[in-house]
Amino acid sequence: MSTENKTKKFGKQERVIPSSTDKALKYYPAEDVAQPRKSRKTQHPYKPRASLQPGAVLILLAGRFRGKRVVLLKVLPQGVLLVTGPFKINGVPLRRVNARYVIATRTTVPVEGLDSKTLDKVSDEKYFARDKKSDKKGSEEGFFKQGEKPEKKQVSSDRADDQKSIDKALLSSIKKEQFLQSYLSSSFSLRSGDRPHEMVF
Amino acid sequence: MGEASVVASQWRMVEVGRVVLFSNGPFAGRLAAIVEIIDHKRVLVEGPSESKDLLVPRHSSPLAALSLTRIVIEKLPRGAGSAALQKLWQAQEVEGTWNKSTYALNKAKTMRRRELNDFERFKAMRLKKQVRFQHRKSFAAAKASA
Repeated sequence: MSTENKTKKFGKQERVIPSSTDKALKYYPAEDVAQPRKSRKTQHPYKPRASLQPGAVLILLAGRFRGKRVVLLKVLPQGVLLVTGPFKINGVPLRRVNARYVIATRTTVPVEGLDSKTLDKVSDEKYFARDKKSDKKGSEEGFFKQGEKPEKKQVSSDRADDQKSIDKALLSSIKKEQFLQSYLSSSFSLRSGDRPHEMVF
Repeated sequence: MGEASVVASQWRMVEVGRVVLFSNGPFAGRLAAIVEIIDHKRVLVEGPSESKDLLVPRHSSPLAALSLTRIVIEKLPRGAGSAALQKLWQAQEVEGTWNKSTYALNKAKTMRRRELNDFERFKAMRLKKQVRFQHRKSFAAAKASA
């Protein structure tokens, strides 16, 4: 069947004959077709809590480093936080964490002296991207190597250097305040009688 | 039979001039003086403090909401007016005496403890440890020499 409209001539006049697919229906549909409602919601950019200022000491609540007290370096636009232990103090490396699983304390560490170039490099999305070549899950080679012990991951020296350059400025300012270093190296936990909802952090 | 000695009890009385502490209600934690006893359950109280958030306006209050303190305002006439009460309240330094009491000191301490943030709690813990260490050290030295 043709989908194009045809024109017919009647003397001087012209008439358009719609194609079979374009014709008006001969009947109304028995049931109304529900139209989806237009959403009036808009996407907003991520807005962090007021307490999440760079330099704030955070308590991590989830993941491998839960309970650790770390320093917030930057709030990334993806809605995650860039933190560091510093690594030398409590073993937490440069790391992105979800802002939901974090308690912000009132304690701050000055972050003025940070190397902004390295910080920008680290806060790039691709910096933490997984190296696909080394990830052999699902491949044939990976299947045959299942029983064997996986090779130990080597921390690339680039990352170690970034870590050092960022932590250097932090460490010097942390050492200035008494007990701050041991505070960061200790981890948070609730003891009997502690009331987290009444605590001030 | 020995001689019995009858001594008046040392209880704190509900009396005109007795300074009371509100334990609950809108004035919880504030001080007031009993101006008049209305009946066995209610008293007329007023706390003429100078600071606004410690002030208790003159009103009748159930005794169940109050606890009697050790302080009594001397020579407060029954049903004294606001001005007369304020004069005696200041002259006898009711609030100063109260703030030096063990109860008030302990309360201030707990309030301060509650305000501490995470780092301050940590510091307090470390300092407490240091004090404990020194105590035990000197105690052990004293024990060894004895």
